[in-house]
Amino acid sequence: MNKTAPLIVAVKNVSIGYQTRKKQTVIATGINIALYKGTLVCLLGKNGIGKSTLLRSITNVQPVLSGDILIKNKSILDYSPAEFSKTISLVLTERLPESNLTVYEIVALGRQPYTNWIGTVTASDRDFINRALKETNTTHLAAQKISELSDGQLQKVMIARAIAQDTELIILDEPTAHLDIHHKIETFSLLKKLARDFGKTILISTHEIQIALQLADELWLMKEEGIISGSLENIIKNNELEHLFSSDLITFDREKKQFIIK
Amino acid sequence: MKTSTSYNTAFILLGCALFLALLLNISLGSVSIPLKDIFNVFLDADSVKTSWKFIILDYRVPKAITAIIVGSGLSVSGLLMQTLFRNPLAGPYVLGISSGASLGVALLVLGSSFFTGSLMASIGFNWSIALASSLGAFSVLFAVMLAANKLKNTMSILIIGLMFGSLSSALISVLAYFSSADQLQQYMFWSFGSLGNLSWTEIMVLTGVTGLGFFMVLFIIKPLNSLLLGENYAKSMGVNIKKTRRITLIATSLLTGVITAFSGPIAFVGLAVPHLTKLLFNTSNHKLLLPAVAISGAIIMLVCDSIAQLPNSEFTLPINAITSLFGAPIVIWLLIRKRTLS
Repeated sequence: MNKTAPLIVAVKNVSIGYQTRKKQTVIATGINIALYKGTLVCLLGKNGIGKSTLLRSITNVQPVLSGDILIKNKSILDYSPAEFSKTISLVLTERLPESNLTVYEIVALGRQPYTNWIGTVTASDRDFINRALKETNTTHLAAQKISELSDGQLQKVMIARAIAQDTELIILDEPTAHLDIHHKIETFSLLKKLARDFGKTILISTHEIQIALQLADELWLMKEEGIISGSLENIIKNNELEHLFSSDLITFDREKKQFIIK
Repeated sequence: MKTSTSYNTAFILLGCALFLALLLNISLGSVSIPLKDIFNVFLDADSVKTSWKFIILDYRVPKAITAIIVGSGLSVSGLLMQTLFRNPLAGPYVLGISSGASLGVALLVLGSSFFTGSLMASIGFNWSIALASSLGAFSVLFAVMLAANKLKNTMSILIIGLMFGSLSSALISVLAYFSSADQLQQYMFWSFGSLGNLSWTEIMVLTGVTGLGFFMVLFIIKPLNSLLLGENYAKSMGVNIKKTRRITLIATSLLTGVITAFSGPIAFVGLAVPHLTKLLFNTSNHKLLLPAVAISGAIIMLVCDSIAQLPNSEFTLPINAITSLFGAPIVIWLLIRKRTLS
């Protein structure tokens, strides 16, 4: 892990969870992690451990209970919505509402933080859009309606939209959940390329442990005791993966670098 | 993806259709006036019979203008609500505005106390109906907005609007139960909707408020487009959801409120025209959709009004019945042909 790369995200002593009028539900506490430019980081952990809550906190959708989250050395609370949208882009798991939008129009929506009050797409915006389509291999789909796309194509289009938004940081929440193995690997390789060749910083929450182990520059493991972050070598060396699932059913094979069923 | 030239053609066609519909609307009515004389009213007024001139300038033209404003205003409101709630069943009246307006008018007409009687006597029937219906519409809307400010979930606003609608209908039923047949008939006539009978002053008020509503819509075209991807994506692209929601609700209530005040609760147009336009234009981009929906709404209202006049007869059918009677089959036919709805 190249620690000389600029720091993009710093999570300092953060507790995440839900605050209602009556009580506080803490999901995880004492989180201290950092994310450096040009890295592909996979956030792993079992269902319900709080991966989505952590992502929602980093993207300022949900307030933290305590602590600070800094993006490029500035608290996320000090960002204006416009500035924030030029810094972070998202790819979400939720289904898109029905619409007549074409692929090109969706990717063009990614330029919204930069367009004028009525959303006029300029020549330089068109450059960004065409490049995003090309990088994700979706140029041939540009004129198609989103209702005509397969899940795999749609996911690439949503990633293209995030690329067109031209942000330092791209956060993806389970981007490969509905995809077959081919499209899963294709999506991850695309993200890896974006991090390596274009210096994007990419944070993915995922259940694809096998792919993450092969492609991620760094892993964030979320467990009951807290978050552990580090490169794959360090994590294996410290025996951290063995306890990712508190279950007797699976175990981590250090030799083969994969999980096996007991 | 359609090219911009084909959209331009579509807009030119819509413009021509609007002109034809306007001509049709003005040339038809209970008194038959030759087309030549209709043109002459505007070009060479002295050569036309005074009574015809009166019919055209003081009855048919105001009615046509009202039809254009009502049709476009309600249709644009419907589109706004469908995008905001991401629900194809939403229309201009989902916020409970028509129920509120109906309640206001019901209180005025059915309540018939000393106060309302003297109000009608002092400012005239039309204006007191408009006043009562605006007060009703805006008080219901105010309640919905108050609730909306406390809610994060946009869908809940939809349900709250429906609940206020039910409440108002229940109150109207109670009022109706205790009123006389004459009063009921008067209320029923209002609820059928009507485009005629507006004075030029009333049309000015209607146009002014509708214009203000349209002006506000200009500023939410961009956020409305990003809302097509859902609220979370819109937020990640820098859209201020609360502000967009507030402007959308205010614009819709201005448009729907003032239209209902002057022409009664006109059903169907606001729900159907956005769908018709989306099917014809095959786009979701609000920069194209909003003007297209406004023009289509105006055309459909003009045509419906022409039919409601039952040309050359002395009868006029309630406009509310015509919009649904002729509009519903068209939407059904289009849907079956295209088999999509969004």
